[in-house]
Amino acid sequence: MSDAMGIRDIAAGFIDSPHESQRIFRGVLEAFAHPGRVVTVVDAPAPPGALCRATAAFLLTLADRDTPLWLAPEFDTPEVSDFVRFHTGAPIVGGRAEAAFAILPHDQLLPFDTFSIGTDTYPDRSATLVIGVPALGVGQARIWRGPGIDGEASVAIAGLDPIFWLDWAANHSLFPCGVDVVFAAGSQLVALPRGIAVES
Amino acid sequence: MPDIPIQEAAYNYAYLDEQTKRMIRRAILKAVAVPGYQVPFGGREMPLPYGWGTGGIQVTAAIIGRDDTLKVIDQGADDTTNAVSIRRFFARVADVATTTRTEEASVIQTRHRVPETPLKEGQILVFQVPIPEPLRMLEPRETETRTLHALSEYGVMQVSLYESIARHGRIAKTYNYPVMVNDRYIMSPSPIPKFDNPKLDRSPALQLYGAGREKRIYAVPPYTPVKSLDFDDHPFEIETWSESCALCGSRESFLDEMIVDDTGKRLFLCSDTDWCQERQGEHQGEQPQEEPAK
Repeated sequence: MSDAMGIRDIAAGFIDSPHESQRIFRGVLEAFAHPGRVVTVVDAPAPPGALCRATAAFLLTLADRDTPLWLAPEFDTPEVSDFVRFHTGAPIVGGRAEAAFAILPHDQLLPFDTFSIGTDTYPDRSATLVIGVPALGVGQARIWRGPGIDGEASVAIAGLDPIFWLDWAANHSLFPCGVDVVFAAGSQLVALPRGIAVES
Repeated sequence: MPDIPIQEAAYNYAYLDEQTKRMIRRAILKAVAVPGYQVPFGGREMPLPYGWGTGGIQVTAAIIGRDDTLKVIDQGADDTTNAVSIRRFFARVADVATTTRTEEASVIQTRHRVPETPLKEGQILVFQVPIPEPLRMLEPRETETRTLHALSEYGVMQVSLYESIARHGRIAKTYNYPVMVNDRYIMSPSPIPKFDNPKLDRSPALQLYGAGREKRIYAVPPYTPVKSLDFDDHPFEIETWSESCALCGSRESFLDEMIVDDTGKRLFLCSDTDWCQERQGEHQGEQPQEEPAK
């Protein structure tokens, strides 16, 4: 097992977990409560592999042994999977439908309904997709409307194919079922909960 | 290595263990994503009985941090047993600043009132909820109410309001008055007086609701429409008083009626103590009105 990673090769997690995770959670909660708002994750540890800082912080804060995690091939590397297993204990699964959280790149998107969308009676049993994008607040802005937005918000997410927004419209039409999306770039997050309608 | 702060307390920060907080946090995010839908969560035993705010306390414990300023009210008052003990609990286990001032608070845990002072963006209002299911008194089976919510089949609620009109000439429900959230889910606003219902509508603050015994969390995000159910010919109305507060003279706040002596002398007082005290500071010198004894 000489090629196995040692514990020293695993990127560091939280130093003071209760307080760091609390601050990051409040950032994520602010993002969900105000869809489209760019929220900066403060003082998050350095991320492993291809993950950005905000995605790693999201996983450290919310993933644990109760949340099966699906990693897109780009992120399914020993650096990332060892980091996730060591710090969160989340099982990394191969089946997308089993995942509570999924980490995806912006350029290889999959139809949302290959993930769990919940059921009519339990719409909370749905997946949250964290999509790594090149930048937030950059590129073509679109109009977002829905709960948490005062009237409408103009939101730009860089690096997404226009097809994404057609898929999103289909996902939104499933409400109250459907997946929730978090866009992550560097230390920043934007949440797109299923209830948000986006003008394409 | 950076300095690691040493926790001297025997409990984890904010009382709950980290695993429990993560579970509650995930439930809160789902609740915010599906406004008005009741998310089941693994409610824990808390160091106080059900009915004393175990749901609200678990929600507060999962969100609160050292940067927060906490206000706790019970029926509008900061100085009642439930409010004082919950405030002290969090001052002790979560090392947070506490306040009685609505505008200074970042997190407000409430039992059965919404503060009179308008809430601002960034504030979080945590409700203690006894019975989260608005249809429970009409349909006791959880499997059935869950199906009714799934299908948005709310005729039974409309019938119950109609029966109230047939019997009383008006919708007689005065508290826990059902609301429609974002035109999708009927939600119990917890036993706040219907006077407070309009404050829930498109509020800039985030509303989180925690029911400890029933193990449900639900939420209303900021700026989300919250409509009190009614009929075209029986529109929703809030309570009004012909009296004003005996201490501050307020005519626009929710008033409690108090009997203050053996001869039945009555006083009307603001239910929201912070609002009343602020006004007493501003309106010193004005003559308060008293209701004569009958």
